[in-house]
Amino acid sequence: MPLLSVADLHTHFPTPQGTLRAVDGVSLTVAKGESVGLVGESGCGKSTLGKTVLRLVPPTSGEIVFAGEDIARLPAESLKPYRRRAQMIFQDPFGSLNPRHTIESILTAPLYVHGIGDRAERQKRVAAIIERVGLPLSALSRYPHEFSGGQRQRIGIARALILGPDLVICDEPVSALDLSIQAQILNLLVEMKREFNLSYLFISHDLSVIRYFADRVLVMYLGRIVESGTGADLWARPLHPYTRALIQAIPDPSRRRQAAPLGGDIASPQDLPRGCRFHPRCPIATAVCAERDPALETHAPGHQTACHHAGQLTRPPEA
Amino acid sequence: MTTAAPLLDVAGLTIQFPTGTPVIDFGFAVAEGETVAVVGESGSGKSLTALAIMRLLPRSAKIAAGRIRFAGRDLLALPEPEMRRVRGREIAMIFQEPMTSLNPVLTVGRQIAEVLRLHEGLSAEAARTRSIELLDLVRVADPHRRVDDYPHRLSGGMRQRVMIAMAVACRPHLLIADEPTTALDVTIQAQVLDLLDRLRRDLGMALVLITHDLGIVGQWADRVVVMYAGRRAEEAEAGILLDDPLHPYTRGLLAASPRLDTSLHYTAGPLREIPGSIASAIAQPGCPFVPRCPLALPSCRLKPPPLEEVRPGRFVACPVTTAGERADAVAVGR
Repeated sequence: MPLLSVADLHTHFPTPQGTLRAVDGVSLTVAKGESVGLVGESGCGKSTLGKTVLRLVPPTSGEIVFAGEDIARLPAESLKPYRRRAQMIFQDPFGSLNPRHTIESILTAPLYVHGIGDRAERQKRVAAIIERVGLPLSALSRYPHEFSGGQRQRIGIARALILGPDLVICDEPVSALDLSIQAQILNLLVEMKREFNLSYLFISHDLSVIRYFADRVLVMYLGRIVESGTGADLWARPLHPYTRALIQAIPDPSRRRQAAPLGGDIASPQDLPRGCRFHPRCPIATAVCAERDPALETHAPGHQTACHHAGQLTRPPEA
Repeated sequence: MTTAAPLLDVAGLTIQFPTGTPVIDFGFAVAEGETVAVVGESGSGKSLTALAIMRLLPRSAKIAAGRIRFAGRDLLALPEPEMRRVRGREIAMIFQEPMTSLNPVLTVGRQIAEVLRLHEGLSAEAARTRSIELLDLVRVADPHRRVDDYPHRLSGGMRQRVMIAMAVACRPHLLIADEPTTALDVTIQAQVLDLLDRLRRDLGMALVLITHDLGIVGQWADRVVVMYAGRRAEEAEAGILLDDPLHPYTRGLLAASPRLDTSLHYTAGPLREIPGSIASAIAQPGCPFVPRCPLALPSCRLKPPPLEEVRPGRFVACPVTTAGERADAVAVGR
């Protein structure tokens, strides 16, 4: 049984312009100890998906089964045990750390809320985690603004791990960091995974980072998963034209001054295209793509995609 | 590289603030029509250098030394009214976040037209017609309609295209693009870089691309200058720099980047790290990279390393590396 199993999850928001379908029928699993990468561009719904799984945003419909229990419809007051076992690391650690609180108070708060240990035990845990993420004990009496971006992300990681969670959702954890710092944080996350036997749902727009970090990769476009497979499968044999475009859009010295792989902008999730959501931008779309919404189907062991022309590189002749 | 005088020549540039000196003895040159990338992380001084070229530094900053020559003129000596004519007309600049550079209460057409009326003295009607042509040039779909849109109606990629339209309105000789695609999605980033490169060719501009992304450098730049803590660490042709980086910082950056085309995976081992942070460069009397450098010798701590030309067009500020290069050259009988 997977640790997390999400089935047909929808998260919709009412807006004056109509319903915004941020997450629109997503199913996924995360096994114990697995690192699942979720890649997509801004507006594809990946962050909303992460927040819905943690019940920071209410789901519209669907199941979120964690360790055998569906938490999708649990009332807020019954979520406390779940919150202890599922945590989140955010892109901007500065925005998620209270500027008026010391690091010690930020790290102690979760323990306090969950009634863990007495004062001495809490102090011991806070001291242990801050050193484990690579900061000195003296950091505890300081405030968030006194730290660099990389150090703040270490504090964000410490806060997520202090309750000893099983699942950690990382939402763009290195996107705001300089390249020389990114590797430090990615390595720390890998060490933490081994040490605490964590499972990760790792959300990023950066395929290179996902390739390094994930056991399995999900590609998301306009509220849906359009392809899923191992990293190696996706790079070697991308089946969905969007996945292929994402790979080709990564700047690469071997493609000197080569034209952009994909035209157009991502459509609005308030005004979804008919048929396949990707078809207005798709280089191989045909008539059927404007008519029918393709389902996520298995094309090879462990490799799925939602595309009427899966794996084709050019547009097939119209039937 | 051509032997003619470069279009832009920055030399010995030192920018001082009351709190410190974020740019020290920095220099680079750009030939006509060339794309030069300036690469560095936040705090490296790359954006301040761009602002210094535009003479748009904040008041608290002082150019303590150096010169900036553009098309035969000394920009630092130009009276402000003349500099105002250079700005926008001969040198234009675009920024990372187009939303904060666009006026939210004016239509994009008005904002482009303003540039044309100011610099080219066009009538309102002519400026509007030209604005629509410019939107078409930067591949904004449906420019007749878009010209009357307000910035908030446009996507991030479209806004950056509008900024580019304003920047190239007067056909500048040089466009400085400061992290032009950092805020954009990868597929949109590719479109915008493609557009900038096409405009460079079609309008005969030179392009200074300020970025932290080495992939962008490799795909789009002719030459690259690596900046660290306000100084030039390394300079080379883009392809050469990526294939054979010399400075320990450049090497560290390339080794630390996860790459798609390798099978690098967390189960196989950690990424190579550059330890510490750029903040450690402050108050280093010697090489600013010493606190993070795996090759540092005691002598590196004494004085800043000179920038040496180890091969034609190939500069590096690291005596340890250049000593190694010389030994190699002797060994192969060069």
